[in-house]
Amino acid sequence: MVETDINMRTELMESTQVQSVDRSDTKVADMKQQVNATIGEPFAKDPKMQARQVNVYYGNKQAIFNVSLDLGKNEVVALIGPSGCGKSTFLRCMNRMNDTIPICRVEGNITLDSEDIYADAMDPVLLRARVGMVFQKPNPFPKSIYDNVAYGARLHGLAFNKAELDEIVITSLQKAGLFDEVKDRLHEPGTGLSGGQQQRLCIARTIAVSPEVILMDEPASALDPIATAIIEELIDELRQNYTIAIVTHSMQQAARVSQRTAYFHLGKLVEIGETNQIFTNPKHELTENYITGRFG
Amino acid sequence: MNATTLLVVIIGLTVFGYVIGRMRSIKVSQGTGGPSSLHSLPKYYGYMVALWCGIPALILLVLWLVLEPGILRSLLLDELPTTMSTLSENELSLVMNDLQLLADSGRIDAETDPHKKAAAIKLLELNSTSELMRNVLIFLVALNGIIWGLANVKIDMRARVFVERIIRYLLILCSLVAILTTIGIVLSVLFESIRFFKSVPITDFIFGTEWSPQTAIRADQVGSSGAFGAIPLFAGTLLISAIALIIAVPTGLMSAIYLSEYASRRFRAVAKPLLEILAGIPTVVYGFFAALTVAPFIRKFGESIGLNVASESALAAGVVMGIMIIPFVSSLSDDVISAVPKAMRDGAYGMGATQSETIRQVLIPAALPGIVGGILLAASRAIGETMIVVMAAGLAANLTVNPLQAVTTVTVQIVTLLTGDQEFDSPKTLAAFALGLMLFVTTLVLNVIALHIVRKYREQYE
Amino acid sequence: MNNTELIKKGLPKRYRREKRFRLYGMMAVMVGFIFLLILLTDIISKSLPAFSQHWIQLEVQFDPDVLGVAADAEGKALRHANYRAILKRAIRAEFPDVSKRRDKSKLAALISSSAEYELRDMLIEQPYLLGKAKTVWVRADDDLDTYYKTADKANAVRLTEKQIAWADRLQENNLIESRFNSTLFSDGDSREPEQAGIRGALVGSLYTLLVTLLLSFPLGVSTAVYLEEFAPKNRWVDLIEVNINNLAAVPSIVFGLLGLAVFINYFGLPRSAPLVGGLVLTLMTLPTIIIASRSAIKAVPPSIRQAALGIGASKTQTVFQHVLPLAMPGILTGTIIGLAQALGETAPLLMIGMVAFIVDIPQGFVDSATVLPVQIYLWADSPERAFVAKTSAAILVLLIFLVVMNGLAVFLRKKFERSW
Repeated sequence: MVETDINMRTELMESTQVQSVDRSDTKVADMKQQVNATIGEPFAKDPKMQARQVNVYYGNKQAIFNVSLDLGKNEVVALIGPSGCGKSTFLRCMNRMNDTIPICRVEGNITLDSEDIYADAMDPVLLRARVGMVFQKPNPFPKSIYDNVAYGARLHGLAFNKAELDEIVITSLQKAGLFDEVKDRLHEPGTGLSGGQQQRLCIARTIAVSPEVILMDEPASALDPIATAIIEELIDELRQNYTIAIVTHSMQQAARVSQRTAYFHLGKLVEIGETNQIFTNPKHELTENYITGRFG
Repeated sequence: MNATTLLVVIIGLTVFGYVIGRMRSIKVSQGTGGPSSLHSLPKYYGYMVALWCGIPALILLVLWLVLEPGILRSLLLDELPTTMSTLSENELSLVMNDLQLLADSGRIDAETDPHKKAAAIKLLELNSTSELMRNVLIFLVALNGIIWGLANVKIDMRARVFVERIIRYLLILCSLVAILTTIGIVLSVLFESIRFFKSVPITDFIFGTEWSPQTAIRADQVGSSGAFGAIPLFAGTLLISAIALIIAVPTGLMSAIYLSEYASRRFRAVAKPLLEILAGIPTVVYGFFAALTVAPFIRKFGESIGLNVASESALAAGVVMGIMIIPFVSSLSDDVISAVPKAMRDGAYGMGATQSETIRQVLIPAALPGIVGGILLAASRAIGETMIVVMAAGLAANLTVNPLQAVTTVTVQIVTLLTGDQEFDSPKTLAAFALGLMLFVTTLVLNVIALHIVRKYREQYE
Repeated sequence: MNNTELIKKGLPKRYRREKRFRLYGMMAVMVGFIFLLILLTDIISKSLPAFSQHWIQLEVQFDPDVLGVAADAEGKALRHANYRAILKRAIRAEFPDVSKRRDKSKLAALISSSAEYELRDMLIEQPYLLGKAKTVWVRADDDLDTYYKTADKANAVRLTEKQIAWADRLQENNLIESRFNSTLFSDGDSREPEQAGIRGALVGSLYTLLVTLLLSFPLGVSTAVYLEEFAPKNRWVDLIEVNINNLAAVPSIVFGLLGLAVFINYFGLPRSAPLVGGLVLTLMTLPTIIIASRSAIKAVPPSIRQAALGIGASKTQTVFQHVLPLAMPGILTGTIIGLAQALGETAPLLMIGMVAFIVDIPQGFVDSATVLPVQIYLWADSPERAFVAKTSAAILVLLIFLVVMNGLAVFLRKKFERSW
C-alpha cells in the first residue's frame, strides 16, 4: 500500500495537464493506473463557479494538482476524500481564503459568474462577501448573537438603519433555523450557545450578507448526530437560493445532502459524478476503496 | 581561622569523606565477590559519607553564625557596669557598635575610659573563645560524621536510596526559598509599618494630604514637625504611571499588531529584537536620559510655546517610563493576540472583513481580557519603577494633576527616606517601610488580578 | 441597488481606513526605534569627552626649600612635603606676568589636585631628583579640561576670563596635550572628575554578581527541578508556583527593603557590602531563573525520561544524568539573562547602602563597595559638568557588558537549539 502510494505520488507529480474526458464506459481496475485525468463529468450545465487547472503550492510543496471543477447554480457539491487530500485547500481557493497564508500560491483559473476571482480587478473583500464560508469549528465572534449576525451587514454597510439591520438579522436567523431558539436572548453572547446552535449562528452570519455561494468546510464534524441532522436539513433548504460546496468526512452526509460528489486523493480530483453514481457505482478503484471503507 | 577558612575546611573534609567512603565500600565488598555485590555503586557510598560529614557541620556553622552575635552580646552586658542595663535599646546598640569598633581597631591601649577598655578587652576575649569553640566543635562534628558514615558502609546498605532521599529533601528546601522570600518581604515591611503606625495613625497616613517627613532632629530646631499624609505621593505615582501607560499601551499594542499581522518576516526578525533592547536597558540609564535630555527638552519646548514647565516635570519621567514599558506591553499583547484561535480570524476574513477590520473588530475584542491583564501588569511595573522617577521626578510633594509640574512618587520617597545616614527607628525611616507596604500590596493585588485574568483567558481558548 | 454594488461603494473608504491603521502600526514601531536611536546617540555623543584627558607640561623644580624638607631627605620625610608649592611655582614660571595673589591661586587651580600625589610618588621613587628640575606632564583640572573639549568656547562657564586667556596661552605654547583617559578604567571614584574612574564600581559589580550567581543558580535550578520533576500536584506546590510568579513582578525596590530589614538590621551583615547586594539580587533574580529553567526542563521530551527509567535508572538518576544535561543550555540562557538584569539593577542596592561614596577598590565580599549602575546614579547627581561625560561613559560600559551577556545568551540558545 505504502509502495503504491509513493509510486502514485511520483506519477502524479509528472502529470501536467488535465483531461476531462468522459470515460464512464471504461472500468478502471488497475491500482497503478495513472491518475492524471479526472474520471467523470466535472462541468455543470449552468455553472456558478468554474475552476480550471488549479494548482496550489505551500512553499515548494504542491498540494493541489490540476483540478478542474464546476459548481452549478442551486446545487450542493460534496468534496470527499481521505485526510490531507487537499479538499479543504481547494475549497479555500474558491473565496481566496488562502491569501491569508503567506506561503500559499495558487495557479490556474477560477471564475465566479465568468469573472476571474484571482484577477487584479477582483477585490478579495467583495469576493468573500459573495462567496461565504462556514468553518469546521463553530467560530462565533466574542459578541452577542445579534451582533454576530449583524456583523457582515454592518461591515459592508448593507443596512441603512436599525430597522433594516433588525430585518436582516431576523431573516438570517430564520433561514438558519435558529430564530425560535434564540429570539429571547439575542443580546447574550454567541459563545454561550450549544455547538450545533453556534454552527447555525455561523451559517446565519454568513447568509446575512446574502452571498451567492456558500463554502462549508466540514460544518458538522464537531457536532453530535442530532445537531448534525439539523444542519444537514438546513443545507438542503439553503440549496433553493444558494450554490453550496461542502467538504465532509462523512460519506453518509455527502450522500444525504449533495447532488454531485467529487472524490479527492493526494491533491488530485480522482472522480466526480452524480452523488448516486459515485456511491453506488464508482469507476475508479481508489474511489471504490474509499467508499467501501478500505482506507481513509 | 575565620568562617570562610572553616567553610573551606568543611568542604575539604567532605571531599575526603567521599573518597574514603568509596574506598571503604570497595574494600567491604571484597569478602563477598567484589563491588557488584554491593547494593549501590561505590560512588553512592562515597556520597553517603560525604553527606554525613558536610551537612551537620554546615547546619551547625550557619546556626552558630546566626546565634553568635546575640549570645556574645548578652555575655558582654554582664561585664558592663550596671548603669548600662538601664539604657534604651537604641543607645545600647550604639555602645555595642562603639565597643566593636574599638576592639577591631587594635588600639585598645589608647582608650582612656577604663570601663570601655575593660569591655573591649572582654569582647576580644569572648570573640576568640567563641571562634575557637566554633572551630573545634564543627571540626569534631564533621569528623564524627565521617566515622558514622563509614560505619554504615555495609554490603546491604541502600546507599543510593539514602543519597537520593537527601537530595530530594535538599531540593524541597531550595524551593522553599521562594516562599521564605515572600514571607520575609511581608514580615519586614509589615513589622516596621506597624511600628510606624504607632507613632503616626494609619488614617493620617492614608488620607493625609500633606507630606513633609523632615522631623526636627534636635528639640531646638524650628518648623517641621513632620507630616506623613501620603495622598500627594499616591497622586504623583498615579499621575506619572498614567502618563507612562498613555504612551506605552497604544504604542505597544499597535507595534505588536503591526509586527505580528503586517510586517514581513524579515522586518520582524530585525525589529523585534531591536524593540526588546528597550526592555534590556537598565532603568538608571533611562533615568539619566530623562533627567538630562528629555526634561530640559520638554522645558525648553514648553517655554517656546509659552508654558511654564517645571524642570522636573511629571511629563518627562512619565514619557520615558512609557517608552521603557513599550516592549513589555508589546510582548504581552503579542502573546495574547496570537492565542486567539485561527478560526476566529478565518471567520472574519470569510465574511469579507479587511485585515484591519478583523483586527479591530474581532481579534482585539477576543483578546481583550488578555490585553487588560497585560495592561494591569504594565501598570504594576510603572507604579513600582524607581530609578527613572528618583532621577527625573521631584522631591516636593505637590498635589496636582498638571503633568507639567513636579510631583513625587512613593518610590522616590522610599529612596529619599532610606538613603543617607539616619537612625533606623525614626518615624522617617519607618515611613519608608509603610510606603513599601503600600507599594507591595498594590502591585501584588494588580499582579494577582492580572495573572488570574490572563490565565482564565488562556483556558478559554485551550 | 443590489448587495454587490452596495459593498463596492463602501470599499474605497474601507481601504483608506485599512491603510491608516497600517500606518499607525508602522508609526508605533518607529516610535520605539527612534527613541532607541536618540537614546544611544545622545549617550554615545555625551560620553566621548570622557575618554580623553588634557595634560599640562610643566618644568618642575624639586627644590628642597620649597618642599620644606632637608636636602638629603628620603622616604618617609618626602611623604609629607609641600608638593603643592612646587607645582604653583612651576606654573607661575610659565606666566611671569601674573602677580596678584588671587590670580596666582586661580592659575594654580588649572592643575588637577592629583598632580601633587603624582609628584610625590615620583620623588619617593627617584629621590635623586631632589634639588633638580624635571619636565613632567600633569593632569589638567576638570574645568580646564572641559574648556578645551567644548567647541563653543564662549560658553565655558566655570573658568574666569583670565583663566581662559591662560588656557589659550598654554595651548599656543604647546604645553597642552590630549591623551586617552586611562584613569576612567584604572581608578575608583573621586570627587574630582579628572580623577574619577569606574574600576571600583566594576569590581563591586563583579563581586556582587559572583555572589548572585553562586547562590541563585543552584537555588533556582534545584527549585525548578523539584517543581518540574518531583513535586506532587497539591495545594502546597500550587502555592509555591503562584508565589514565584508573583515574586517575579514585585517591584525591585521592595527587595531592597527586605534586604535592609532582614540582612542588615536583623542579621547584622555589613552595609554597602557586595555580599548583601548579592543576596538581595539573588532573591530578585531567582524567579527569572526558576521560570526559565522550568520551561527548559519541560521542553525535554518525556521519551528521554521513559528511556532512562526503562533501563533501570532511578528517578533521581534520570533527572540528573539525562534530563538536566539536555535542559542545561536553556537553563544557562535563563541564568545569563537573570544576571544581566541583576547587573543593571539599581534601586534595591540603594536601600542597603551601596550608594556610599567609596574611593577604594573593594578587596572582598564584605568590603564597602558600589556597583556600576549605582555609580552612574551617583555621578548623574554630581554638579560638575565633566561628570556628565563620565556618567555617559559608565553607561556605555554597562551597556556593552549587557550586550555581551545577552549576546552570549542568544548564542547559547541558537547553538543548542533543538527541536524534538
